[in-house]
Amino acid sequence: MLLLQVIVGGLLLGAIYALFSSGLTLIWGMMNFINFAHGEFVMLGMYVALLVVLWFGGGPAVFSFASAFALFVLGVVIYASLIRYVLRGPMLSQILSTFGLALLLRYTVFFIFSANFVSLPQTSLSGTVNVGGILMPVPQLVAGVVAIILTVGLHLLLTRTTVGSKLLAVSEDRNAAMLMGIRPDRMQALAWGLSAGAAGIAGALMATAYPWSPSVGETFGLTAFVVVALGGFGSVPGALYAGLIIGLIQALSAFWFGPIYKDIVVYALFVVLLWLRPQGLMGKA
Amino acid sequence: MKQFVPVRWNVAILAACLLLYPLLFSDPFYLDIGVTFLLAAISASAWNIVGGYAGQVSVGHSMFFGVGAYAPLLFYTLFGWTPVAGIPFGIAASIVLAIVIGVPTFRLKGHYFSMATIAVAELIRIFFGTWQFVGAAIGLQGPATARGWWDLTFRSEVPYYYIFLAVLGILLGLTYAIERRRFGYSLRAIKAGERAARSLGVPVQLAKMRALVLSATFTSIAGSLYSLKTGFIDPDSGFGILISVQMVIIAALGGAGTLYGPLVGAAILIPLQTATNTWFGGGGSGLTYILYGGIIVLIARFEPGGVFELWHHIIPQRWRSKLAA
Repeated sequence: MLLLQVIVGGLLLGAIYALFSSGLTLIWGMMNFINFAHGEFVMLGMYVALLVVLWFGGGPAVFSFASAFALFVLGVVIYASLIRYVLRGPMLSQILSTFGLALLLRYTVFFIFSANFVSLPQTSLSGTVNVGGILMPVPQLVAGVVAIILTVGLHLLLTRTTVGSKLLAVSEDRNAAMLMGIRPDRMQALAWGLSAGAAGIAGALMATAYPWSPSVGETFGLTAFVVVALGGFGSVPGALYAGLIIGLIQALSAFWFGPIYKDIVVYALFVVLLWLRPQGLMGKA
Repeated sequence: MKQFVPVRWNVAILAACLLLYPLLFSDPFYLDIGVTFLLAAISASAWNIVGGYAGQVSVGHSMFFGVGAYAPLLFYTLFGWTPVAGIPFGIAASIVLAIVIGVPTFRLKGHYFSMATIAVAELIRIFFGTWQFVGAAIGLQGPATARGWWDLTFRSEVPYYYIFLAVLGILLGLTYAIERRRFGYSLRAIKAGERAARSLGVPVQLAKMRALVLSATFTSIAGSLYSLKTGFIDPDSGFGILISVQMVIIAALGGAGTLYGPLVGAAILIPLQTATNTWFGGGGSGLTYILYGGIIVLIARFEPGGVFELWHHIIPQRWRSKLAA
């Protein structure tokens, strides 16, 4: 029974991994660009949630929306002021730009909030429910389920709507898209907004269930790399499956070997994956 | 022949300045800056071979530095060997790591290599923090007092200064030689366009692998020198992200893929870092990282060629030709 509980807990956390990783995979698939600051977006989403609760109060729906909105705006601003210029530059500046941004964001938050762990004050989400003998904390359950719904929603947005088709058109052929009357810059800005927004709302959801500190961004960023590498670059459904798998692997390795080994196992899996199947589970070779 | 004369003069002046520095600034504070400068220049020059010349941007070079730093103190702790004897083991372990990362990622294009370096560096850092064999979170210590000259444990900074300077000299000489050989041209061709380089018969994967192994070797030596001097190593001072960041930022600041870029970058960053540490009181508040992050973003956005190119933009053409004459 305990094992079953560990498995369900891992899958629920994995659902949140899937949500923020789908943001990373969207940018990679569309612009062939790796955002080293993606984990920091998740971390910022957590602090936005905290500030909204402390200043304005309000329930999970309010601060989750606030985090998503704030990070969407930040993503667009970062695209317009930085990414747009380095996209056409050498590889060195592509990697340095978001790598430097990650340091800047992480340690600015560190400077303001200090390195201490914080958690949200008690929200309306609390208590546990008993599902067929498995005791599940309500915040984790809600966060996990909402994360799955949002990830599927992002996938539908990309595949079933006009905006999604425009995004896809830009990623397939920038010039052809321009001839069709699509503005690539606007679409790429939107993609950065969606990517950061997904990370922000994932952070807010996680904040309801787990305590955090400014350094979690690094761990989440690396976790997102592993999820994307496993699921295949550019694939949102891939990120969903891979996120659930990684969450499960983490929970099981923490259960069997001890909590400190959960990240070691996941990063080691990444190295093995690079050797055996670099295109990921669902990616194209 | 005439063309080469100014270059050699530059080298002679630079060498004289570096050789005389400890005599002119014998105050321990300035000596410490000098030693830190040399170590930073060695690490960044080592990074520069694969990150600058070949354009394969590693953001996890701390793994080689850390392995190199642990090896001497590990063999001292286990068998009481002189720490110097551990250096080759650090190099060997670094080469193994380089192969583990390079073989799978160099087949793939673009960012895979960068992602793999940061993941493996973090993996090793966490692992060393839990591994009792290497002292876990507490780390390892070297000999408290020298048992003989062979321990290379000195009270004064001056011997370290000249040892580091010699290593830097060898590394720069090697880089200079690479720059002018076929291998150097292969690396720059790969950086400019991998597909084009391959179509012209450059053995792309092999060249990248050789560059990484060479870079890992010297980064490992830099780590060994660091732990020889401080006589102490723990996971954060060996594998911390700041180690990797510093190599990248110094090379990029001075000009990645140029011979003297890392020297220029270190000459700017190390005094700046010392100044911020004095003003803000150590790295505890994270202000150093904020500064580094800001500098990196600005370089990436405005001047990916480093200050060398900035110089070219600021100084008009006519002035420059006068200066060169």
